[in-house]
Amino acid sequence: MRTILFILQKEFIQIFRNKTMLPIIFIVPLVQLMVLSYTATFEIKNVNLFIVDQDSSPSSRDLASKFKGSPFFTVVDFSVSYTVAEEALINNKTDQILQIPPGFEKEIISDKKSSLHVTTNAINGSAASLMNAYALSIIKDYNSNIIVEQLGLRQPPDPIRISSAFWYNPELNYFTYMVPGILVLLVTVISVFLSALNIVREKEIGTIEQINVTPIRKYQFILGKLIPFWIIALSELAFGLILAKLMFDIPMVGSLGLIFFVASVYLLVALGLGLLISTLTNTQQQSMFLTYFFMIIFILMSGLFTPVQSMPEWAQWMNKFNLIAYFIDVMRMILLKGSAFSDISRQFFSLLALAILLNALAVWRYRKVA
Amino acid sequence: MKGFIIKEFYHIFRDVRTMVILFGMPVVQVLIFGFAISTEIKDAKIAILDYSRDNMSLELSNKIISSDYFILSEILEDENQIETVFKAGKIKEVIIFGDNFARNLQKEQNASIQIIADASDPNTANLLVNYTTGIIRNYMTEKMGKQSMPIEINTEYKMLFNPEIKSVFMFVPGIITILLMLVSAMMTSISIAREKELGTMEVLLVSPLKPIQIVVGKVIPYVVLSFVNAITILLLAFFVFGMPVQGSVILLLAESLLFIIMALALGVFISTVSNSQQTAMMISMFALMLPTILLSGFIFPIENMPEVLQWLCNLMPTKWFIIIVKDIMLKGVGLAHIWQETFIITGMTALFIGLSVRKFKIRLE
Repeated sequence: MRTILFILQKEFIQIFRNKTMLPIIFIVPLVQLMVLSYTATFEIKNVNLFIVDQDSSPSSRDLASKFKGSPFFTVVDFSVSYTVAEEALINNKTDQILQIPPGFEKEIISDKKSSLHVTTNAINGSAASLMNAYALSIIKDYNSNIIVEQLGLRQPPDPIRISSAFWYNPELNYFTYMVPGILVLLVTVISVFLSALNIVREKEIGTIEQINVTPIRKYQFILGKLIPFWIIALSELAFGLILAKLMFDIPMVGSLGLIFFVASVYLLVALGLGLLISTLTNTQQQSMFLTYFFMIIFILMSGLFTPVQSMPEWAQWMNKFNLIAYFIDVMRMILLKGSAFSDISRQFFSLLALAILLNALAVWRYRKVA
Repeated sequence: MKGFIIKEFYHIFRDVRTMVILFGMPVVQVLIFGFAISTEIKDAKIAILDYSRDNMSLELSNKIISSDYFILSEILEDENQIETVFKAGKIKEVIIFGDNFARNLQKEQNASIQIIADASDPNTANLLVNYTTGIIRNYMTEKMGKQSMPIEINTEYKMLFNPEIKSVFMFVPGIITILLMLVSAMMTSISIAREKELGTMEVLLVSPLKPIQIVVGKVIPYVVLSFVNAITILLLAFFVFGMPVQGSVILLLAESLLFIIMALALGVFISTVSNSQQTAMMISMFALMLPTILLSGFIFPIENMPEVLQWLCNLMPTKWFIIIVKDIMLKGVGLAHIWQETFIITGMTALFIGLSVRKFKIRLE
């Protein structure tokens, strides 16, 4: 036990005397939490619209003013030429084009039937679908308005009343969703990278040989490396949660004790992964690359940015090894829904199994011979 | 100088592990992301609470779960169970049919359905509710007959540049950018910091090589490597995912080369401000990884961010490169349309080179 304490002392001294690393470990992640949380939203608050009015009748102007009045649309320009509008779309000056063809008003009056053309930049497909939905709802509104105005008819109510409720986040607030997830990312990135770079650094500088010739046992060495980062990461999680509460007012329905309990196991997985990478590689460069490789995959597949259930089967199967996916799930469930241990037991035991597996591999792979 | 470049190539090529990672990683990542990442929703697990259990409510439930969007995972008996299934986390939405659904619908035209979504994921919740509403409305028109509007305005939609709305089109430019940034900036910053840390930098500094030659020599092998990577990714995007290259391939490659040089200059700059590999890596990590994912328009549209952040995004070279790649590949525009973005990246390159030259220390501490 005393041996471990000495290693711990050494590690802490090394961490705290490195003046460039300290802010990177403690301040940068929290700043990122504050900044990046604002970026992650799929909400579309503003659509730039180019109106091509080839009819220029009272009706077409009326329709255009409906779009101007909508909080979702900013009308960036008018023209009578579609080519000009498409040019603007190519130049990213506008997202969507509403084309009112000549004879729009005349057709409404004589044929009771008319048409409009909406062109959308669909490179971002999901955003484009949303923009179309916004445009359609304004056009529908306009449509029922002219029915009332011209014919004095009201539409009968729908035979099925559909009401919808959004639980746990009734205002569909994105922060509530993203902040816990981003916090998990930051804590994970810090712990995996710190541990991945640690042993390999001693290898590269050569100090590992000095440790290898001491009577320190393998498990003592690994524990001595693990514990400092574990403490750092846990305190970072605590800071992050405080920030989430104060700055973003994230609801914390469930038990914080349960979060830290799961986190303590989760961090063992993250650190174990780092240590394993550290024992498998010879230079910090290799180690960094391998870590980066895994982290990008874990992050993008974790369900933080895109829904997990729409991934193909094999990808969901791969996620069984994705530590980040488990913990993001757990954080959201406990914080937002107040899930209890029985609800998250599947994630917890998976994490526990991963922790044991990775750390055992790391101890086994660490050779005391040069 | 030539000898020095050859030395650098040896350094990189004899390290088999790094080579495998360098060339394998982009391929694996493009494949995984291309196939697995999509913002579309399908197979969401739902539960149904049906107080009527008559022919019409069953028919409508069947319609809902036979669509691609939903999978029925549980049938509930009463409202108290809703909270339990949501807390267990599997189920995203619960659909509740009111009493006497069929009778109310047919006789009184007044049936009711309630949709409750788990909005801890607001985007998914919103989409699921919209899909469900859409299916129910279709069912209504089917049952009640289409009520023709006395005046009808038809809207025709045209999805420009991505008619099938594939997510891949959105992601491939982002993945290319992230990988090039990673390989170029991180590799150079680490490799220079490594020479410093191991002390071999001193050996190089006392050699007759000029500092500029040392840096250029360090960078050239990575230019070649990154360029090969860029081509590999583009080929994969083209052949595996059917991503078109509407514009000029040569322009695309030239722009990639420019971006690679920018990233390398950034890498050199990072290495001049850091004294150990670890610091260099952590700076590249935090300066590059999450910001390139989040502040570049890779996943989240920049236009929706707060003003201050949009401004911050402008400082991200990745934002401009993603625009360039999308414009050339999907819109098929020429240099005339993207000269501003190109100019900005060129400017950033010059800035990083200038800063590195000023910061580069040729003396020992």
